[in-house]
Amino acid sequence: MTEREATQSAAVVCRGLQKRYGDVVAVAGLDLEVRSGECFGLLGPNGAGKTTTIEILEGLLEQDAGEVEVLGLRWGADDRALRQRLGIQLQETQLNEKLTAEEVVRLFRSFYRRGPSVSEVLEMVELESKRRSRVGKLSGGQKQRLAVACALVNEPDLLFLDEPTTGLDPQARRQLWSLLDRFRQNGGTVVLTTHYMDEAETLCDRVAIVDLGRVIALGTPRALISSLGAEHVVEFAVGHGASASTGPLAGLPGVTDVLAKEGTIRLRVTEPHVVIPALLLELERQRLDLSQFATHHATLEDVFVAHTGRHLRDE
Amino acid sequence: MSRREYPTHPLVELTVARLLEFVREPEAVFWVVVFPLALAFALGIAFRSKGAEAVFAGVVEGAGSADVRAALSSAPGIRIRPIPLDRADLALRDGEVQVVVLPGDPPTYRYDATRPESALARLTVDAALQRAAGRVDRFTAGEQRLEVIGARYIDWLIPGLLGMNIMGTGMWSIGFSVVWARTRRVLKRLAATPMLRRDYLLAQMLARLVFLVVEAGGLLGFAMLVFSVPIRGSLITLSAVVLVGALAFGGLGLLVASRARTIEAASGWMNFAMLPMWVVSGVFFSSAHFPAATQPLIHALPLTALNDALRAVMLDGAPVRAVGSELAILSAWAGVCFTVALKVFRWK
Repeated sequence: MTEREATQSAAVVCRGLQKRYGDVVAVAGLDLEVRSGECFGLLGPNGAGKTTTIEILEGLLEQDAGEVEVLGLRWGADDRALRQRLGIQLQETQLNEKLTAEEVVRLFRSFYRRGPSVSEVLEMVELESKRRSRVGKLSGGQKQRLAVACALVNEPDLLFLDEPTTGLDPQARRQLWSLLDRFRQNGGTVVLTTHYMDEAETLCDRVAIVDLGRVIALGTPRALISSLGAEHVVEFAVGHGASASTGPLAGLPGVTDVLAKEGTIRLRVTEPHVVIPALLLELERQRLDLSQFATHHATLEDVFVAHTGRHLRDE
Repeated sequence: MSRREYPTHPLVELTVARLLEFVREPEAVFWVVVFPLALAFALGIAFRSKGAEAVFAGVVEGAGSADVRAALSSAPGIRIRPIPLDRADLALRDGEVQVVVLPGDPPTYRYDATRPESALARLTVDAALQRAAGRVDRFTAGEQRLEVIGARYIDWLIPGLLGMNIMGTGMWSIGFSVVWARTRRVLKRLAATPMLRRDYLLAQMLARLVFLVVEAGGLLGFAMLVFSVPIRGSLITLSAVVLVGALAFGGLGLLVASRARTIEAASGWMNFAMLPMWVVSGVFFSSAHFPAATQPLIHALPLTALNDALRAVMLDGAPVRAVGSELAILSAWAGVCFTVALKVFRWK
């Protein structure tokens, strides 16, 4: 594949993207390349610059510096053509509560030259039975599926979703995920932002972990996790305000990394069945009682912690 | 609603959406349709011709009070209230009485010369007391009372109320719906589609025109039935004036709401735009009362143009060319406001 072909098959390219609001730097030199047909996730905590980035890609905000190319076109030159081919779901848009689901879809459908019929769109998002219900009467999950329906009315080549499942219950989230699966089976490209690591792991082919307006890690979820060099995490706390000395812990067999924060100690480990007995012995030697103990497979969250020393959802 | 699978032109869909949104909001319907009728009814009752009204005269209690009261009670159209001296000024201020007579030889009248009804009461009371004291009238004049339809205050008032309603509902309904859509980020979502931005603004104005038929028709029909207010000009000319007036205020509403981020900010600007026109544009009293130097400015205001045109068509039967300058002023407001609103409109 020549370099030219490679750029052509990219759905989104952006280089050195910068955006500031007054003194606050929201995006600080961000590079991305989203390939055609993939589901690409921007994963990061609130305030990382995900929404600003996606809104620049959507042509709703103007960057202060940097290059953006979407579907081979540029904002400012090909806006109308570009808008015909994009599907967009914004964070926190409240559609008009007085209109029915059907009326909302019909309104959005009227803006596009091509696309499925109103019924077909409602079917795609499994809202046929709610077509005559007012938006105000829909559940959170149904409203969100309707918002996605409005993004699908033109059979977009590229779908942007900003925090699509924030605030939804697990069942509603899974419904939305399967809706996105169907969209992707037909060859659609998706760019989404999320601060849910499980969502990124389930949906995304590739993930860019974003923090403070920069991409700090990029790759498939699997590759990012295995880059930690350890597939498991052991997390524990000791009681009564005592603290374990971390030096000896790092020396335990199979421990690749130790991080102590706010009374909790996290060990990244390759083989938990070797580490755990050794850890318990070590704690006994230090005369410490466990007040908390958990172990899990490493996730994208651990990747974020490894890069920043903070959790994704530090609330 | 039909089950149209493929929508029509975005302008049509946007207008329909706005109409549905409106009729499904009972409060909005009340404020646009019911409230103006209720207001017209209340004002019509308050200002309808009642024939000659009685004047209220206070007579200070004490020596000679009984004689004065007897003299006044023999004259028609005077209502008498005995009143202690220390309450006289208070009663005058509150309008309980319009003149106070201090009995004596000659009597003294206390009244407020700046209030027309007070001056009138003074004259009426004086005539009655003069006659009682022996004055003989040289003649009794013949009278022609003006109760001709089209020349009463209510006839003058109704076109002004109609103009005021077209202004108020036009600005509020457009302003609120736009700012509401902005605060809930609906505008931002629409801006992310290929929708033409002018279509959205035009749809707001078009939807207004549909309500306008109900609103103006209701008020005029009501005024004709209940107060026999005439419509002497052609209905087509009147409709044209109403339509252009609504477009002017629709445009002004869009402009005022084009950048406001909150309902409160929009309300403030709306009132700022409308308040001067309520006062100077001849709704309740003629704008001719204001100084000559201000007249060109007053006549350039959209509500003045609308009220003048409505009165000319309804009361004088003016043809369309006679209200050409008013229509031109209104069209200019509509065009300039719409163009500027489209330019400065905040979608986010």
